[in-house]
Amino acid sequence: MLIKSLKYSIRNKVFIMLFSLLGICFSIGVSAEYADVVLNQLSDQNDVRPVIFPHWFHRIRFRCKVCHNELGFEMRVGSNQITMGKIIDGKYCGLCHNSQVAWGVENCDLCHSGKPGLQTGIRGSNQTGGPGRW
Amino acid sequence: MKISYYVHLSLVLISFGSLAAEMHWKSLSEDGLHDPESPAIELLQQPEEALSQLPPDYAGNKVLWNRALQEGYIEPRTNIYPDTKIEVIELDIVMEKTGEMPMVLFPHRQHTEWLDCSNCHDKIFIEKVDANEINMFTILSGNHCGQCHGAVSFPLTECNRCHSVPRSTFAGKPGVQPKKN
Repeated sequence: MLIKSLKYSIRNKVFIMLFSLLGICFSIGVSAEYADVVLNQLSDQNDVRPVIFPHWFHRIRFRCKVCHNELGFEMRVGSNQITMGKIIDGKYCGLCHNSQVAWGVENCDLCHSGKPGLQTGIRGSNQTGGPGRW
Repeated sequence: MKISYYVHLSLVLISFGSLAAEMHWKSLSEDGLHDPESPAIELLQQPEEALSQLPPDYAGNKVLWNRALQEGYIEPRTNIYPDTKIEVIELDIVMEKTGEMPMVLFPHRQHTEWLDCSNCHDKIFIEKVDANEINMFTILSGNHCGQCHGAVSFPLTECNRCHSVPRSTFAGKPGVQPKKN
Protein backbone atom coordinates (compact mmCIF):
# COMPACT_ATOMS: atom_id res chain seq x y z
CA MET A 1 0.00 0.00 0.00
CA LEU A 2 2.85 2.30 0.95
CA ILE A 3 4.71 1.51 -2.28
CA LYS A 4 1.62 2.15 -4.44
CA SER A 5 0.93 5.55 -2.89
CA LEU A 6 4.63 6.41 -3.26
CA LYS A 7 4.48 5.57 -6.99
CA TYR A 8 1.42 7.83 -7.45
CA SER A 9 2.99 10.72 -5.60
CA ILE A 10 6.11 10.43 -7.77
CA ARG A 11 3.99 10.27 -10.90
CA ASN A 12 2.05 13.35 -9.88
CA LYS A 13 5.23 15.26 -9.15
CA VAL A 14 6.64 14.31 -12.55
CA PHE A 15 3.46 15.54 -14.23
CA ILE A 16 3.58 18.83 -12.38
CA MET A 17 7.21 19.32 -13.33
CA LEU A 18 6.57 18.46 -16.97
CA PHE A 19 3.59 20.79 -17.27
CA SER A 20 5.47 23.61 -15.58
CA LEU A 21 8.38 23.13 -17.94
CA LEU A 22 6.00 23.14 -20.90
CA GLY A 23 4.42 26.31 -19.60
CA ILE A 24 7.79 28.00 -19.31
CA CYS A 25 8.89 26.77 -22.73
CA PHE A 26 5.74 28.00 -24.44
CA SER A 27 5.91 31.41 -22.86
CA ILE A 28 9.56 31.92 -23.76
CA GLY A 29 9.39 30.31 -27.19
CA VAL A 30 6.62 32.52 -28.55
CA SER A 31 8.23 35.95 -28.69
CA ALA A 32 8.46 38.59 -31.41
CA GLU A 33 5.86 41.21 -31.98
CA TYR A 34 2.81 39.88 -33.82
CA ALA A 35 3.04 40.36 -37.59
CA ASP A 36 6.74 41.21 -37.63
CA VAL A 37 8.15 40.12 -40.97
CA VAL A 38 11.69 38.77 -41.31
CA LEU A 39 13.18 39.28 -44.76
CA ASN A 40 16.31 37.27 -45.28
CA GLN A 41 16.34 36.22 -48.90
CA LEU A 42 19.48 38.21 -49.71
CA SER A 43 20.77 39.70 -46.46
CA ASP A 44 22.73 36.74 -45.10
CA GLN A 45 24.46 36.21 -48.43
CA ASN A 46 25.55 39.84 -48.42
CA ASP A 47 26.80 39.87 -44.83
CA VAL A 48 24.20 42.24 -43.50
CA ARG A 49 21.67 41.61 -40.78
CA PRO A 50 18.28 40.44 -42.04
CA VAL A 51 15.48 42.99 -42.29
CA ILE A 52 12.73 43.16 -39.68
CA PHE A 53 9.59 44.85 -40.95
CA PRO A 54 7.22 45.76 -38.10
CA HIS A 55 3.59 45.87 -39.23
CA TRP A 56 2.42 47.55 -36.02
CA PHE A 57 4.53 50.65 -36.52
CA HIS A 58 3.34 51.08 -40.09
CA ARG A 59 -0.26 50.21 -39.34
CA ILE A 60 -0.55 53.19 -37.01
CA ARG A 61 0.41 55.46 -39.91
CA PHE A 62 -0.93 53.78 -43.05
CA ARG A 63 -3.89 51.64 -44.01
CA CYS A 64 -3.17 48.24 -45.54
CA LYS A 65 -4.25 49.45 -48.97
CA VAL A 66 -1.38 51.95 -49.22
CA CYS A 67 1.38 49.34 -49.29
CA HIS A 68 -0.60 46.40 -50.54
CA ASN A 69 -2.31 48.25 -53.34
CA GLU A 70 -0.41 51.42 -54.21
CA LEU A 71 3.10 50.26 -53.45
CA GLY A 72 2.60 46.82 -54.94
CA PHE A 73 3.61 44.62 -52.01
CA GLU A 74 2.17 41.12 -52.40
CA MET A 75 0.42 39.91 -49.23
CA ARG A 76 2.65 36.90 -48.86
CA VAL A 77 6.10 36.93 -47.31
CA GLY A 78 8.78 36.01 -49.77
CA SER A 79 6.76 36.79 -52.90
CA ASN A 80 8.22 40.24 -53.32
CA GLN A 81 11.61 40.38 -55.00
CA ILE A 82 12.94 43.32 -53.07
CA THR A 83 16.50 44.44 -53.61
CA MET A 84 18.44 47.52 -52.52
CA GLY A 85 18.60 48.57 -56.15
CA LYS A 86 14.82 48.68 -56.42
CA ILE A 87 14.50 50.46 -53.08
CA ILE A 88 16.98 53.14 -54.11
CA ASP A 89 15.04 53.49 -57.37
CA GLY A 90 11.97 54.37 -55.34
CA LYS A 91 10.15 51.06 -55.50
CA TYR A 92 8.74 49.05 -52.58
CA CYS A 93 10.10 50.45 -49.31
CA GLY A 94 11.86 53.16 -51.27
CA LEU A 95 8.59 54.84 -52.19
CA CYS A 96 8.42 56.21 -48.66
CA HIS A 97 11.88 55.69 -47.25
CA ASN A 98 13.35 58.40 -49.43
CA SER A 99 13.98 61.17 -46.89
CA GLN A 100 10.66 62.74 -47.91
CA VAL A 101 7.77 60.62 -46.67
CA ALA A 102 9.99 58.84 -44.16
CA TRP A 103 13.70 58.61 -43.36
CA GLY A 104 16.05 57.70 -46.14
CA VAL A 105 17.76 54.60 -47.28
CA GLU A 106 21.18 55.50 -45.86
CA ASN A 107 19.95 54.38 -42.41
CA CYS A 108 20.93 50.77 -43.04
CA ASP A 109 20.72 49.54 -39.48
CA LEU A 110 17.16 50.70 -38.90
CA CYS A 111 15.85 48.05 -41.29
CA HIS A 112 18.72 45.57 -41.17
CA SER A 113 18.30 44.96 -37.46
CA GLY A 114 17.68 41.24 -37.21
CA LYS A 115 19.76 38.42 -35.83
CA PRO A 116 21.87 36.82 -38.56
CA GLY A 117 20.51 33.54 -39.81
CA LEU A 118 16.80 34.19 -39.15
CA GLN A 119 14.45 32.50 -41.55
CA THR A 120 12.28 34.61 -43.84
CA GLY A 121 8.71 34.59 -42.64
CA ILE A 122 6.03 36.40 -40.69
CA ARG A 123 6.35 36.08 -36.95
CA GLY A 124 4.55 36.38 -33.73
CA SER A 125 1.45 34.35 -34.46
CA ASN A 126 1.39 33.94 -30.77
CA GLN A 127 -1.69 31.85 -30.42
CA THR A 128 -2.20 30.08 -33.69
CA GLY A 129 0.48 27.47 -33.81
CA GLY A 130 -1.22 25.44 -36.50
CA PRO A 131 -0.53 25.23 -40.21
CA GLY A 132 -1.70 28.82 -40.53
CA ARG A 133 1.68 29.96 -39.30
CA TRP A 134 3.91 30.56 -42.32
CA MET B 1 6.24 21.32 3.96
CA LYS B 2 8.90 19.49 2.01
CA ILE B 3 11.37 21.36 -0.18
CA SER B 4 10.05 19.52 -3.23
CA TYR B 5 6.63 21.05 -2.58
CA TYR B 6 8.10 24.53 -2.76
CA VAL B 7 10.11 23.64 -5.87
CA HIS B 8 6.96 22.47 -7.62
CA LEU B 9 4.96 25.43 -6.44
CA SER B 10 7.56 27.89 -7.66
CA LEU B 11 7.80 26.13 -11.03
CA VAL B 12 4.05 26.40 -11.50
CA LEU B 13 4.08 30.04 -10.41
CA ILE B 14 6.97 30.90 -12.70
CA SER B 15 5.21 29.38 -15.69
CA PHE B 16 2.01 31.25 -14.89
CA GLY B 17 4.01 34.40 -14.32
CA SER B 18 5.76 34.17 -17.65
CA LEU B 19 2.45 33.46 -19.35
CA ALA B 20 1.02 36.55 -17.72
CA ALA B 21 4.04 38.51 -18.90
CA GLU B 22 2.87 37.65 -22.41
CA MET B 23 0.20 40.30 -21.94
CA HIS B 24 2.91 42.91 -22.21
CA TRP B 25 4.99 43.59 -25.28
CA LYS B 26 8.51 42.28 -25.44
CA SER B 27 11.26 44.84 -25.82
CA LEU B 28 13.14 44.88 -29.12
CA SER B 29 16.27 43.32 -27.67
CA GLU B 30 14.27 40.46 -26.17
CA ASP B 31 11.89 39.63 -28.96
CA GLY B 32 14.08 36.91 -30.43
CA LEU B 33 14.21 38.70 -33.78
CA HIS B 34 16.16 41.91 -33.35
CA ASP B 35 19.88 41.61 -32.78
CA PRO B 36 20.51 43.11 -29.34
CA GLU B 37 23.90 44.28 -30.57
CA SER B 38 22.47 46.19 -33.50
CA PRO B 39 22.80 49.99 -33.28
CA ALA B 40 19.13 50.11 -34.25
CA ILE B 41 18.03 48.96 -30.81
CA GLU B 42 18.74 52.42 -29.38
CA LEU B 43 16.95 54.18 -32.23
CA LEU B 44 13.87 52.12 -33.05
CA GLN B 45 10.68 52.68 -31.08
CA GLN B 46 9.76 49.99 -28.57
CA PRO B 47 6.36 48.38 -29.33
CA GLU B 48 5.21 49.05 -25.78
CA GLU B 49 5.66 52.79 -26.15
CA ALA B 50 3.18 53.00 -29.01
CA LEU B 51 0.87 50.05 -28.46
CA SER B 52 0.20 50.75 -24.79
CA GLN B 53 -1.57 53.97 -25.86
CA LEU B 54 -4.12 52.11 -27.97
CA PRO B 55 -7.30 50.24 -26.94
CA PRO B 56 -6.04 46.95 -25.50
CA ASP B 57 -6.81 43.46 -26.70
CA TYR B 58 -5.55 40.13 -25.43
CA ALA B 59 -4.66 38.64 -28.83
CA GLY B 60 -2.35 39.45 -31.72
CA ASN B 61 -0.62 42.79 -31.18
CA LYS B 62 -2.76 43.15 -28.04
CA VAL B 63 -4.44 46.14 -29.69
CA LEU B 64 -8.03 46.50 -30.90
CA TRP B 65 -7.07 48.03 -34.23
CA ASN B 66 -10.59 48.69 -35.49
CA ARG B 67 -11.54 50.46 -32.31
CA ALA B 68 -8.31 52.45 -32.45
CA LEU B 69 -9.32 53.59 -35.92
CA GLN B 70 -13.01 54.31 -35.14
CA GLU B 71 -12.26 56.27 -32.01
CA GLY B 72 -9.47 58.32 -33.50
CA TYR B 73 -6.52 56.93 -31.56
CA ILE B 74 -4.79 56.47 -34.89
CA GLU B 75 -5.30 58.26 -38.20
CA PRO B 76 -3.55 56.09 -40.77
CA ARG B 77 -3.27 57.54 -44.25
CA THR B 78 -5.61 56.15 -46.89
CA ASN B 79 -3.38 56.83 -49.87
CA ILE B 80 -0.05 58.16 -51.05
CA TYR B 81 -0.92 58.96 -54.64
CA PRO B 82 -3.59 61.66 -54.95
CA ASP B 83 -5.42 59.75 -57.68
CA THR B 84 -5.99 56.56 -55.73
CA LYS B 85 -9.67 55.88 -55.22
CA ILE B 86 -10.80 55.03 -51.70
CA GLU B 87 -13.80 52.73 -51.47
CA VAL B 88 -15.36 51.96 -48.11
CA ILE B 89 -18.51 49.91 -48.64
CA GLU B 90 -21.35 48.80 -46.40
CA LEU B 91 -22.02 45.20 -47.30
CA ASP B 92 -22.56 42.48 -44.71
CA ILE B 93 -22.40 38.85 -45.76
CA VAL B 94 -23.75 36.08 -43.56
CA MET B 95 -22.21 32.68 -44.21
CA GLU B 96 -24.26 29.73 -43.05
CA LYS B 97 -22.09 26.69 -43.88
CA THR B 98 -20.43 26.68 -40.49
CA GLY B 99 -21.43 23.27 -39.17
CA GLU B 100 -22.32 23.45 -35.50
CA MET B 101 -20.76 26.87 -35.00
CA PRO B 102 -22.78 30.10 -35.13
CA MET B 103 -22.89 31.63 -38.59
CA VAL B 104 -20.20 33.99 -39.76
CA LEU B 105 -20.85 37.67 -40.39
CA PHE B 106 -18.38 39.23 -42.78
CA PRO B 107 -18.56 43.04 -42.62
CA HIS B 108 -17.15 44.82 -45.67
CA ARG B 109 -16.98 48.18 -43.95
CA GLN B 110 -14.39 47.27 -41.33
CA HIS B 111 -12.31 45.54 -43.97
CA THR B 112 -12.57 48.20 -46.69
CA GLU B 113 -11.48 50.85 -44.23
CA TRP B 114 -8.09 49.17 -44.31
CA LEU B 115 -7.98 47.23 -47.57
CA ASP B 116 -8.57 47.89 -51.22
CA CYS B 117 -11.07 45.76 -53.18
CA SER B 118 -8.21 44.32 -55.24
CA ASN B 119 -6.47 43.03 -52.11
CA CYS B 120 -9.06 40.25 -51.84
CA HIS B 121 -10.96 40.24 -55.15
CA ASP B 122 -10.56 38.07 -57.10
CA LYS B 123 -7.27 36.43 -56.15
CA ILE B 124 -8.31 35.41 -52.65
CA PHE B 125 -12.10 35.63 -52.83
CA ILE B 126 -14.26 35.42 -55.94
CA GLU B 127 -16.61 38.36 -55.85
CA LYS B 128 -19.75 36.26 -55.65
CA VAL B 129 -21.60 34.83 -52.65
CA ASP B 130 -21.19 31.03 -52.32
CA ALA B 131 -18.59 30.94 -55.10
CA ASN B 132 -15.75 30.31 -52.63
CA GLU B 133 -15.04 26.97 -50.98
CA ILE B 134 -14.18 28.43 -47.61
CA ASN B 135 -13.77 26.18 -44.61
CA MET B 136 -11.65 26.21 -41.46
CA PHE B 137 -9.09 23.97 -43.11
CA THR B 138 -8.39 26.41 -45.93
CA ILE B 139 -8.38 29.25 -43.41
CA LEU B 140 -5.94 27.51 -41.09
CA SER B 141 -3.71 26.76 -44.07
CA GLY B 142 -3.37 30.46 -44.78
CA ASN B 143 -5.94 30.82 -47.54
CA HIS B 144 -9.13 32.90 -47.66
CA CYS B 145 -9.58 34.61 -44.32
CA GLY B 146 -6.38 33.02 -43.11
CA GLN B 147 -4.35 35.11 -45.52
CA CYS B 148 -4.48 37.87 -42.94
CA HIS B 149 -6.14 36.45 -39.84
CA GLY B 150 -3.42 34.67 -37.96
CA ALA B 151 -0.69 36.70 -39.63
CA VAL B 152 -1.52 40.38 -39.41
CA SER B 153 -5.03 40.71 -38.03
CA PHE B 154 -6.53 38.99 -35.02
CA PRO B 155 -5.59 35.31 -34.79
CA LEU B 156 -7.85 32.34 -35.44
CA THR B 157 -8.23 31.54 -31.76
CA GLU B 158 -10.88 34.27 -31.60
CA CYS B 159 -13.71 32.13 -32.89
CA ASN B 160 -16.69 34.23 -31.90
CA ARG B 161 -15.39 37.41 -33.50
CA CYS B 162 -16.32 35.85 -36.82
CA HIS B 163 -18.85 33.24 -35.70
CA SER B 164 -21.15 35.85 -34.22
CA VAL B 165 -24.60 35.08 -35.64
CA PRO B 166 -26.52 32.41 -33.68
CA ARG B 167 -28.92 30.46 -35.85
CA SER B 168 -31.60 30.55 -33.18
CA THR B 169 -31.93 34.33 -33.19
CA PHE B 170 -31.17 35.11 -36.83
CA ALA B 171 -34.36 36.18 -38.59
CA GLY B 172 -32.98 36.95 -42.06
CA LYS B 173 -31.55 34.95 -44.92
CA PRO B 174 -27.89 34.02 -45.32
CA GLY B 175 -25.84 35.76 -47.98
CA VAL B 176 -25.86 39.47 -48.69
CA GLN B 177 -27.68 41.31 -45.94
CA PRO B 178 -30.11 44.15 -46.62
CA LYS B 179 -28.57 47.52 -45.92
CA LYS B 180 -29.49 49.05 -42.59
CA ASN B 181 -30.96 52.54 -42.75
